Amino acid sequence: MKLYENPVLLAVAAAVVISVGTLVTTFIPLFHPSTQPVSPLVKPYTAIELEGRDIYIREGCNNCHTQTVRPLRTEVARYGDYSKPEEFAWDRPFLWGSRRTGPDLARAGGKYPDSWHYRHMANPQGMFEKSNMPSYAWLAKRRLDTSASFRKVTVLGYGYGADEVQRQIDGFRSTVTAASYPSAAARARVTPEDLRGGITEMDAMVAYLQKLGRDLKEAARRESAGVRTAAAAEARNPYAGDKKAEEEGEDLYKANCRSCHGKKAEGGFGPDLTDPQWKFGGTDGDIFASIAGGRPGGMPAFESMLGKDRIWKTIAYLRKLGRR
Amino acid sequence: MADGAQHHSVVKGFIFSAVFWLLVGLLVGLWIAAEMIFPSLNLTPWLSFGRLRVVHTNGLIYGFTLSGIFACSYYMLEKLTRTPIAFPRLARAHLYLFNAAVLLAAVSLFAGISTAKEYSELEWPFDVVVVVIWVMFSANVLGTLVKRREKQMYVSLWFLIATVVTVAVVYILNNLAMPVNLLKSYSAYAGVNDANVQWWFGHNAVASVFTFPILAMFYYFLPKSTGLPIYSHRLSIIAFWSLVFGYLWTGAHHLMLTPVPEWIQTVALAFSMFLIAPSWGSVINGYYTMNGNWEQMRTNYLTKFFILGITFYGLQTIQGPTQAIRALSGLFHYTEWVVGHVHMGTMGWVTMIISASLYFVVVKVYGRDVHSVKLVGVHFWLILVGQLLFSVSLWVAGIAQGAMWKATNADGSLTYTFLDSVASMVPYWKIRLAAGTIYFAGIVVFAYNLVRTARPKTAAA
Repeated sequence: MKLYENPVLLAVAAAVVISVGTLVTTFIPLFHPSTQPVSPLVKPYTAIELEGRDIYIREGCNNCHTQTVRPLRTEVARYGDYSKPEEFAWDRPFLWGSRRTGPDLARAGGKYPDSWHYRHMANPQGMFEKSNMPSYAWLAKRRLDTSASFRKVTVLGYGYGADEVQRQIDGFRSTVTAASYPSAAARARVTPEDLRGGITEMDAMVAYLQKLGRDLKEAARRESAGVRTAAAAEARNPYAGDKKAEEEGEDLYKANCRSCHGKKAEGGFGPDLTDPQWKFGGTDGDIFASIAGGRPGGMPAFESMLGKDRIWKTIAYLRKLGRR
Repeated sequence: MADGAQHHSVVKGFIFSAVFWLLVGLLVGLWIAAEMIFPSLNLTPWLSFGRLRVVHTNGLIYGFTLSGIFACSYYMLEKLTRTPIAFPRLARAHLYLFNAAVLLAAVSLFAGISTAKEYSELEWPFDVVVVVIWVMFSANVLGTLVKRREKQMYVSLWFLIATVVTVAVVYILNNLAMPVNLLKSYSAYAGVNDANVQWWFGHNAVASVFTFPILAMFYYFLPKSTGLPIYSHRLSIIAFWSLVFGYLWTGAHHLMLTPVPEWIQTVALAFSMFLIAPSWGSVINGYYTMNGNWEQMRTNYLTKFFILGITFYGLQTIQGPTQAIRALSGLFHYTEWVVGHVHMGTMGWVTMIISASLYFVVVKVYGRDVHSVKLVGVHFWLILVGQLLFSVSLWVAGIAQGAMWKATNADGSLTYTFLDSVASMVPYWKIRLAAGTIYFAGIVVFAYNLVRTARPKTAAA
């Protein structure tokens, strides 16, 4: 057979054969926005947090610590909510790791105060006798090099200008060096005197660890505090009066709402949605909050299922019904 | 014979590069195994576990395994094509550049210059050098094949061609990055995509460094050293194409239950199961080749390496797909189990086959008998016992660890703290350190035997 006598042909054939699985499992997903969604809730790293992350990479922390909580009951109980794809939109490289010699860190942010981290990084066995983590006390003895910080955030496309990067660095320095800094004593204990007025590598590392998982935790906290409802109350429907959106909204209504609110939203198990009476407020924002977050007395929350966009389209349809 | 002195010196150079980097990589491995038990051994930043583990993995994958592959490839190419290497001076440059690059790369990893992507940690200037080295090697492989006198291309040569192509594709695509400066870059892919591309690379580095070229050696040196023809040429054809096709789909089995899209995980799991068939095609081919001649396990000092090697390959390729099953991944992943798994493949399969192949080649290129057949046996038993003790103890450790992470009390709360699970690992880590030391002793015997074969004591002669 010719194929087995022609090395170049065989090389080309091998290249074609390996490219099939490559295309399907890695190349095509690369162009699907759903593979790596971007959420406004998850913010890019600040220049300092990024420097901390680069130290985490330099020291190979990912060789012992993972950064992804799996959707398993005991794992969620141990670490916190399981990891979502949108949390990693700003991560280049990803740092999920492959081995948990130490615990997962995806939810480390906000779990302990900074002082805990200063003490622990400097002397892990001082806090946990049986820990086998190396001491990183020397990180506090090295001044943080921020000369490439602006270039780094630019390469990563975080969208900070040079002024903003300088402001972040200065702001962070004044926070950790202030006498009122809640972890001042712990920081002073591990940081040599001549470095206490500046930023050390340990400071940046702690800042990075405190960022891990923090954005989603805070979003959840805001949500439970009703902040989202208040924000929604000011919102306006981007699809108001849009014919196409109203049609789509009708389909969404039929699929999700009709069983309770009736064929034409005239009411049934749930209230009438065509009259001017609204139990929980009749502004666009109020209705959005009702659909997105649910209401006591039987109205379920739809945000995670429908997403913002489709909720607004549904509202556009309800408004059309109300105009009749 | 068409064998000139020049290319033999390249083969010899790569043989002893392999032995040297093997000793270095294993020593680093022993050190980090000890650090797991005694954290005070993290004496300096450059001796800390996080940096050293990367030196260990890269040193053994790139320093040792690639050297072994280059040595055996140059040797097999000439024999199987009955043609001298196409570009002997390029091959010599390849030898020098490769060793210089491995040395500098090791220094950079000690210094913490790393991209954090596993087995792909080298920063971008090194990636450029790796590509240059690979082009040099590929030019000689394809050049020699084009000029060859032997019309048929034996199956080992196809595996070599697949190696050349696959390494190039996966290495380049995974290392695409945006440089900040000479020593720092950020991945071209973000988050979930970076993870998906990384493990597509990671698994196919296993395919194209730990599988294709090692199978090339197996298919060549087993018949050569036993004098028995390979059992079925047709089986090797089927195994070749299904292996080359199937491997590229399976990377995401390293990412089960992570935020990577579920369908990619499931497809990876399905193809992992599929790969059992072609993997075992080679295992069966090896066993049937020995049919009726099993006494060679005792009488031929190399046969036992090949047969035990292919046996560990067979076990490895069943264990791997099994671990990909979500329920089992939920228990095993992130524990010592996986470390045990990897080391069966590298210490059992890869090193067994490369060891035996290097013995065979050394005897041929130096034109002398092996220094001591008895020491070959000592080497064999030490690495066999060391590896079994290593893997089995870590499998048990992994199950224990996974079970502790999952254990709950009657009210649903967790039974163990994370630290409880760390403390419970210490006895297993001690066994692992002992096992690694036994293994290292076997490799020292191996190195001594090879050196003595190459340079016999003149006084004794």
